Amino acid sequence: MVKKSIAIQPYPWWSRLPYWRGGMALLAAFLALPLLTVLGFSLQPAGDVWRHLQQTVLAEYVCNSLLLALGVGAGTLVIGVCTAWLTSLCEFPGRRFMQWALLLPLAMPAYIIAYTYSGMLDFSGPVQSALREAFSWSSGEYWFPELRSLGGAITMLSLVLYPYVYMLARAAFLEQSVCALEVSRTLGRGPWRSFFSVALPLARPAIVVGASLVLMETLADYGTVKYFGLSTFTTGIFRTWFGHGDAAAAAQLSAVMMVFVFVLIVLERYSRRQAAYHHTSSRYKALPLHRLTGLRAALALAACLLPVALGFLIPAGQLLAWAAGTAAMLDAAFLELVSNSLMLAGIASSLTLIIAVFLAYGRRANGSRLLNGALHVASLGYAIPGTVIAVGVMIPFAWLDNTLDAWLRENFGISSGLLLSGTLVSLLFAYVVRFVAIALHSVEAGLGKIRPAMDEAARSLGKRPWEVLYRVHVPVIWGTLLSAALLVFVDVLKELPATLVLRPFNFNTLAVRAFELASDERLMDSASAAIAIVAVGILPVILLSRSISRARPGHDTPT
Amino acid sequence: MTPQLELRNLAIGFADRLILNDIGLALRKGQIGCLLGPSASGKTTLLRTIAGFQAPSLGQILIHGRVVSRPDWCLAPERRQVGMVFQDFALFPNLTVEGNIAFGLRGEQGTAKRVLELLKLVGLAEVATVYPHEISGGQQQRVALARAIAPHPEILLLDEPFSSIDPEFREQLAREVQSILRQEGITAIFVTHNQYEAFLLADEIGVLGEGRLLQWDSAYNLYHCPANRFVANFIGRGVFLPGCVVDGQSIETALGVVRGRIPDGCKDGCPVDLLVRPDDVVTATDGGTKVRVVDKVFQGPTFQYTLALEDGAKLLCIAPSHLDYQINERIRVRLDAKHLIVFPKETPLATVSNSCKNRIDADLPS
Repeated sequence: MVKKSIAIQPYPWWSRLPYWRGGMALLAAFLALPLLTVLGFSLQPAGDVWRHLQQTVLAEYVCNSLLLALGVGAGTLVIGVCTAWLTSLCEFPGRRFMQWALLLPLAMPAYIIAYTYSGMLDFSGPVQSALREAFSWSSGEYWFPELRSLGGAITMLSLVLYPYVYMLARAAFLEQSVCALEVSRTLGRGPWRSFFSVALPLARPAIVVGASLVLMETLADYGTVKYFGLSTFTTGIFRTWFGHGDAAAAAQLSAVMMVFVFVLIVLERYSRRQAAYHHTSSRYKALPLHRLTGLRAALALAACLLPVALGFLIPAGQLLAWAAGTAAMLDAAFLELVSNSLMLAGIASSLTLIIAVFLAYGRRANGSRLLNGALHVASLGYAIPGTVIAVGVMIPFAWLDNTLDAWLRENFGISSGLLLSGTLVSLLFAYVVRFVAIALHSVEAGLGKIRPAMDEAARSLGKRPWEVLYRVHVPVIWGTLLSAALLVFVDVLKELPATLVLRPFNFNTLAVRAFELASDERLMDSASAAIAIVAVGILPVILLSRSISRARPGHDTPT
Repeated sequence: MTPQLELRNLAIGFADRLILNDIGLALRKGQIGCLLGPSASGKTTLLRTIAGFQAPSLGQILIHGRVVSRPDWCLAPERRQVGMVFQDFALFPNLTVEGNIAFGLRGEQGTAKRVLELLKLVGLAEVATVYPHEISGGQQQRVALARAIAPHPEILLLDEPFSSIDPEFREQLAREVQSILRQEGITAIFVTHNQYEAFLLADEIGVLGEGRLLQWDSAYNLYHCPANRFVANFIGRGVFLPGCVVDGQSIETALGVVRGRIPDGCKDGCPVDLLVRPDDVVTATDGGTKVRVVDKVFQGPTFQYTLALEDGAKLLCIAPSHLDYQINERIRVRLDAKHLIVFPKETPLATVSNSCKNRIDADLPS
């Protein structure tokens, strides 16, 4: 139904004021600033550095990034779909535990798993040392796979990113109407053929969404490829910026990278829409689980346990061991790291949440096509690599600072110094841009639970608008708001590339310090910071594991 | 007596387009009214306007003689003491059944007593402390009803109250709701597109169509004295049989000459349409008109036959189910109408064009 000017909307008067709309438009434009900056640079004529890049390393960046993406895509699809299939369609001992344990690697940032395995598998690490001792080999006499390679990076990223595919594939399998499967059975197909000809194609859009999220993360990864010495887009952008000192070329490189990201965004959005229309029947019944016994059950358990062990248990155990060995590192400096990280994540998540609530209410009360479009652009941040956002924030902020400074000097003879760039302001802004989509998604899901009729019911029962807000909205969406804040909090804590670029001088966080120490080959010293990040990262995993089992009414919940 | 609810020349629109025009009706205290119409006829909009969620473009709404809506001024929904039951119930998911019912009540002392009273009234005492998602659709419906009537509203509005209930429980639930409303002496107005729900519950029914209130009347009069072609089409089943006025009180049709009252202004030779209900057509052993059976539907006690006349025109006929004719069988029928519902040919759908002497009088809005 069209609601135009004469309709008295049940929303409080202040949400309908013109400044709310104006504020939303302004905010959306502001959030889109980094993206627009980067894209704007692609229209500029190429400079010397860019021509140099084009002639020498661009092909390598593209090639490496694509190979990495292909490898990680394939790896996560195999692990994610197989485990999702096993845990949602088969019954074996330990299934209930595995269905949430499989999410654990999400808590492990890729750069941390990369250097943990490097430490374990390099020449002086425990594995090779043990092998040498056991077989009395000496150095150079045996072959051992080199982790610091493209293959190694693919393995590391696959191990921590497969949960995206697992999660979405599993949800798709669970949400599938059992009727579709039963129809297939009545038409003469056996359970396995029904799975391949009905269940898997039905889940395909969801799986593609998962895979495109994985690919976005892969493209955005900086820590792993940098640590392994691979030349990809992200490391290239860093090198162009800091090595050649050419912001414009870095922005142009970012723009090229965004082409790949946009392909993924389109793929993801398209598949989401497909997924929404794929269910033709709404009768749900728990899928009949295929009971596995004996060897088959053991194999299924092993297949699920392997990615969890490799992606979480082993590296986390190693980190714990290292951290225990370097307990002396837990000094005042470490505490400062913790407090810096917590403060930054706390401020960033509250800020992001406030903005998301503002946008979500604005859209609910007076959504228009234009505003929706603006919000879509503004919330693309989740797909844009942190490195690109850093470039897109740094360039306009530095320009603003310099312009203001020059103007003040000229007219008043005073210098404003750096107000935006090089301070926490730019870092917080980058976090908001990168993570506002996550918060917005949660808040809108929460608001979606409050149907407009509920507002009207409360109004007709004699409640004034602010009472509706306080007695209906707050209790209903409180939990959603908290979990949105938590998700952003943890993501900020784990974020590496944007923090590296935009942090103020001498300002360190857990993630930055862990990465720096690891890059200096002080792996053991970095373990306490790393384990702190991993420990906090488990919180959203718990949240996710609870929501995934509630994804479908009547399905069993993990205990 | 002051009507409990009165709409005067109400027009409602969005932006520059009016979707409802010239709506006038009055409901006395304790009466149950119904707004009936096809989908998108503006019934829910009218209900929301009465509730105060929408301002009228023209006209006034009065509750118990007091103006609550004018084009330039509207009393806020929370201040007009109008209860509303929403189509999807809109129960608060964070509150228990008790909490939902108590939501609109103010003050400590009366609340607990009133909640208990309502829980008993709607028969939900045993699920008082349960959350809405744990109870059935019918129970949710009753919670929504109890919540809406708890603060003793002046008017209760119900928006398609039974549309999300399984059809087999609808009639029973509608009867329960009716008895609850009667017990509490509540003036209510509800919206539906299902005429049998309207017949079951309402004292007064308004048919909305073509952006207007086409007839505000009792169920009996809507069926037997439709004011215009739209209502005649919409209420009950039937077909229009073309005919011709012959001598001031008879009409010649393909089923022979029938006698009855003819609309004013129809002279001899004037072409008219006669509304033929399925129960007006009876089978005849001799005489009558020859027709062919085209389709039949077994309905238990009766068959509903679709019959074709010589010229191809179709008729509906309800016959006792022991009269079992075969498809394509030729049978004889005649018209057995107690009174005629006749419309001059070519009158627009919504024009009041039937003068009916058979009506049981009620006050029509001007």
